[in-house]
Amino acid sequence: MLRIRNMEAGYGNLRVLKNISLHVDGGEIVTMIGANGAGKTTLLHTIIGLVRPTRGEVLFLGQDCRRLEARRIVAAGCALVPEGRQVFATMSVEENLILGGHVLQQREGRAAVLRELGHQYELFPVLRERRQQLAGTLSGGEQQMLAMGRALMSRPRLVMMDEPSTGLAPLVVRDIFRVVVRLREEGNTVLLVEQNARAALGIADRGYVLETGRVILQGPAGDLLANRDVQRAYLGREKIA
Amino acid sequence: MAREDLEQLQLERLQSTLYRVGTRVPFYRKKFEELRLNYDDIRSLDDLRRLPFTVKQDLRDNYPYGLFAVPLREVVRVHSSSGTTGLATVVGYSRNDIRTWSNLTARVLTAAGVTRDDVIQIAFGYGLFTGGFGIHYGAERLGASVIPISAGNTKRQIQIMQDFKTTALVCTPSYALIIADTMMEMGVNPAGLSLRYGLFGAEPWSEAMRAEIREKLGIIATDNYGLSEVMGPGVAGECQECNGLHINEDHFLLEVIDPETLEPVAPGEVGELVVTTLTKEAFPMIRYRTRDLTRLIPEPCPCGRTFTRMQRVMGRTDDMLIIKGVNVFPVQIEKVLFEIEGTEPHYQIIVERENHSDKVTVLVEVVESIFFDEMKKQRGMVDRIRARLASELGIGVDVKLVEEKTLERSEGKSKRVIDKRKL
Repeated sequence: MLRIRNMEAGYGNLRVLKNISLHVDGGEIVTMIGANGAGKTTLLHTIIGLVRPTRGEVLFLGQDCRRLEARRIVAAGCALVPEGRQVFATMSVEENLILGGHVLQQREGRAAVLRELGHQYELFPVLRERRQQLAGTLSGGEQQMLAMGRALMSRPRLVMMDEPSTGLAPLVVRDIFRVVVRLREEGNTVLLVEQNARAALGIADRGYVLETGRVILQGPAGDLLANRDVQRAYLGREKIA
Repeated sequence: MAREDLEQLQLERLQSTLYRVGTRVPFYRKKFEELRLNYDDIRSLDDLRRLPFTVKQDLRDNYPYGLFAVPLREVVRVHSSSGTTGLATVVGYSRNDIRTWSNLTARVLTAAGVTRDDVIQIAFGYGLFTGGFGIHYGAERLGASVIPISAGNTKRQIQIMQDFKTTALVCTPSYALIIADTMMEMGVNPAGLSLRYGLFGAEPWSEAMRAEIREKLGIIATDNYGLSEVMGPGVAGECQECNGLHINEDHFLLEVIDPETLEPVAPGEVGELVVTTLTKEAFPMIRYRTRDLTRLIPEPCPCGRTFTRMQRVMGRTDDMLIIKGVNVFPVQIEKVLFEIEGTEPHYQIIVERENHSDKVTVLVEVVESIFFDEMKKQRGMVDRIRARLASELGIGVDVKLVEEKTLERSEGKSKRVIDKRKL
């Protein structure tokens, strides 16, 4: 699905990502964990074409993404749920969702968009309840669900999520992550960037640990949970397994 | 697994391993600095060649814990090779390393035909030797019923094999033949046993030995490979095609080099095996020179496994002897002899195989001034040497004193090792 080799990227003279190699296979939840400033968001932005890599290769579904515009990468089936939701506050929930379906509309027409809308309402029943409400009036958790629904409206092959748990109550985080697991059950592929390492590793198949722009560890999620370095740095306490 | 996917995984794992050894193991950090090598410079699997080799002496120089990449409190197991301080090597395992080890030996067992329905008798030594524990974990991981009998006491092995209805035997190939011969002496008919599979390793063996084991015990006999420096058993193992060992390439990168030029040999050519670990946490190894001679088999295997095969190990590039599965270096014997007063540095090691069992005799030249006709003194010396060698090597050897200048010399030096075994 996604394959990155020796990628470097940054802003101006600042090299944020150094020699990153990673891959995501179809049907997997892969998580990228790391502290603030490790380069997690830059990584997602580089994949989707908002930041240009200065070196290395990025292949999405066999296509070289380095020179593609962001809208082409989205059209190819890559969607991003941005950090901090960034829903359109003055538009209704349904308008937000339909906007997310514009790629699908171009590809398959209006009927497909309406079908997909129904699917999102099934996935997030609370959005159906609030379909006419302005997005800005939703709670944090509801906005996160809306942001996810909006990204999923394009029926992407790969969904990338940037810290969906930020600022949410633990119970809401649980709901959000439950939806991520369901996405995998429906055959979706997810790249999940998280600071909440325990929750992310709890649902992921594999994980990468990013530190100051480098992948310092990678492996099955269970192995990372059992790794003492991960426990110390990201899980907050040492667990005696 | 498609080759392209495997190579991506190998590169990712190699890069994070290099980062960890480069930042945590002073030995590697220094080596990388000397070569002006940054771990970010390794951008492909071919770049592996730019990395320095690690040799046995590096492990000895860093005895005991110098090459560990995690603090000792994260190490849950330590294994060691035989030999005293200065010659021994120590390896460590984190909790994840033990889990990986279990998975990999489980793969080796599965390839050899073992399933959860099997009763597996592990007649490898347990203890500091990695063989027993390594296979043990894999067998438990599979869900097979494990009999951790360890090595030795052949009659009891056979008794248990009959009573417990053992279906799979794990030991050195020479010990399998000892078991077969002992069965014959005891009047036990192997055809009446439940035994179906045998996994053999820890010493070099031949197709002739395989045929003999097959004939005498009536089992599928497979070879497996590993070395404690990189993990122990679990590096590679044969499938039931019995034609080369599938390498666990998602956890180890194997190269074959010319031991003289240190350059890679042409694909399929014989050379020295070099191993890099890709997932070890506690004790990663970069380009470890195994001194084992083998070749990679580029052709695909009819069994369908896509991991490349290596041929059974054909020999060594150094003077290490494998005796009853134990690694013995002549220098270890030399060291003991030097310690014991009255002995000249002239000695000879004779290795023979009697009734499938390795037998070692050390001939030692003694200075004439002490070599009186005092039987008592002589015997005392022989006993002391024998006891010291037993504790140094971990195996029993015979010691014989010979008169000065009676050992065959070539260019002034006595020929150190005479290996009469036909392997």
